[in-house]
Amino acid sequence: MKDRIIRGRAVILRDGDGNIYNNIDTDQIYHNNYLAITDISLMGQYAFGNLKGHENFHKTAQKGDIIIAGRNFGAGSSRQQAVDCFTALGISLILCESIGAIYKRNAINSGFPMICCEDILKLAAAKTGVIKDGDTIEVNIETGAIQKIENGKATAIGKAAPFSNVQLDIYETGSLFSFVPPLN
Amino acid sequence: MGYTMIEKIFKSHLVRPNDEVKPGNIVWIKLDVRSARDFGGANVVKNFNKYCKGDKVNDASKTFFTFDCQAPANTIPYANNQQVCREFAKSQGIKVYDVNAGIGSHVLIEQGLAVPGSTTVGTDSHLNIMGAVGAFGQGMGDIDIAYAMRHGATWFEIPPSIKITINGKLKYPAGAKDLTLFVLKEFGSAGLLGASVEFYGEAVETLSLHERITLSSMATEMGAIVGLIPANDAVVDYFKQRSKAGTIDHVKTDGDAVYTKEYTLDITGLKPLAAAPPSPDNVVEVDKLKEIKVDSVFIGSCTNGRFEDIKAAADIVSGKKIKGNIMAKIVPATGEVYQRMIETGVLQTLFNAGFIIASQGCGGCASGQIGMTGKNEVQISTSNRNFDGKQGDGKTYLTSPVVAAYSALNGYISYE
Repeated sequence: MKDRIIRGRAVILRDGDGNIYNNIDTDQIYHNNYLAITDISLMGQYAFGNLKGHENFHKTAQKGDIIIAGRNFGAGSSRQQAVDCFTALGISLILCESIGAIYKRNAINSGFPMICCEDILKLAAAKTGVIKDGDTIEVNIETGAIQKIENGKATAIGKAAPFSNVQLDIYETGSLFSFVPPLN
Repeated sequence: MGYTMIEKIFKSHLVRPNDEVKPGNIVWIKLDVRSARDFGGANVVKNFNKYCKGDKVNDASKTFFTFDCQAPANTIPYANNQQVCREFAKSQGIKVYDVNAGIGSHVLIEQGLAVPGSTTVGTDSHLNIMGAVGAFGQGMGDIDIAYAMRHGATWFEIPPSIKITINGKLKYPAGAKDLTLFVLKEFGSAGLLGASVEFYGEAVETLSLHERITLSSMATEMGAIVGLIPANDAVVDYFKQRSKAGTIDHVKTDGDAVYTKEYTLDITGLKPLAAAPPSPDNVVEVDKLKEIKVDSVFIGSCTNGRFEDIKAAADIVSGKKIKGNIMAKIVPATGEVYQRMIETGVLQTLFNAGFIIASQGCGGCASGQIGMTGKNEVQISTSNRNFDGKQGDGKTYLTSPVVAAYSALNGYISYE
């Protein structure tokens, strides 16, 4: 069974004014210049290549990082590459306020974990937020519990919407193709 | 308790007939049309071969490739990807609407395949355009579509339904695009996020098919799953002439259906609108933009690439010349649209005025075959997205074909 508690370094996506980015679209995540690429291992280098201030994300990202963003993450096109580029970089989770409809399916169907938290803009706000860039946080995808880890001590700081059954099932097996309709 | 439109469509397509259809539930749905474009198509094939090697698709007669992104391919990777799709299609007995067909979503409507009440999936994020004919459409990634092709069904979380009633009459120069931008202004890019929206009211019910397409095509930019417009008699007749399906049904919401939210808007006195960069919901009145000079104009896309859209522009520029060095471009949505442009003289009118007429498809938006902008360039576009960098380094304003045509004549954003 895959780990249902995901721990990693918080990487908060902020704009030039320090506000958390909302409406990050698929062209900002993975520009249409690189759509012809079909090999996942080549996709990581283009992640956020068109998101102002984060063009070098692929160089600074570490395996296991948790990306934090605002509302409507992944708005726009249906390109799977916009999810797969994070798989390529070993990103462990995206934690955001809400997800674009198609992007959400693409993430779920490829077993890439994403979770929504209504309060994330507050929790990770520039000066007042409890989550700072680089903090270690832990998210339980089954219960939605979000914890901050400091000096080996875990503190509950918020709650996300738990994974649906379909999301958990696919996450577990890593692929939608493990299931054949009709399902019971 | 009654059902909303999306619930009725899902209910008639359940894999397990006894599934409870209510918002938040996950159900498995049969898919009437499974499609992939040249964009994403090669990855669909790759996933199919990875997960289902040697298998046949669930039903080749319901499966299609529609090439519209780079039509014809002008880069080697795209040419290779299209060929991958063609070879897979041949081995599976799947029909390909090749590079001369046009925008896939429009072709599926013209061919009478996506009929009112049906379910269609494809790799085009604007496939929810099917809402225009009272049908469900969902753009998907390539894993999703490979699965849909293999199994003919997939899971959906039943979205909440929102009812939007729009009263008032559209008055020229305002049209369906202005109505659409008005809705975007009201709700923003996330105000309807994840919802199935149903449009009602005088302003919507009187729209003809091409205008319904404009409104429903931008459900994506509204963040909605789909923007459904109940089919009227004209839409049903359209499909009776084109579809091989026996009967075409009006899918209507039940009288006692429950909506998560209901809104009423009024468009009386609506003036032409534009979405200023950098987002489709950054909507302002064209009157407030009149100082802005225009370098290029694009008329087309799945939002405004129908014959009527292009004719509206032709009527305005007829007998005139576009201003100075403005680069003005037309991309018909489909081959059928192009043919009508030829037959009616619209093509000649536009050519005489100085427009470039490109081949049918997504060339104005998708991969910049005719659509990229340079730094500081101001582009007026009838398409649906103006995100930073999407169409180049310039600034893109989204407007109606009427505003685009006048802007081409005047050299600044205008509608008279």
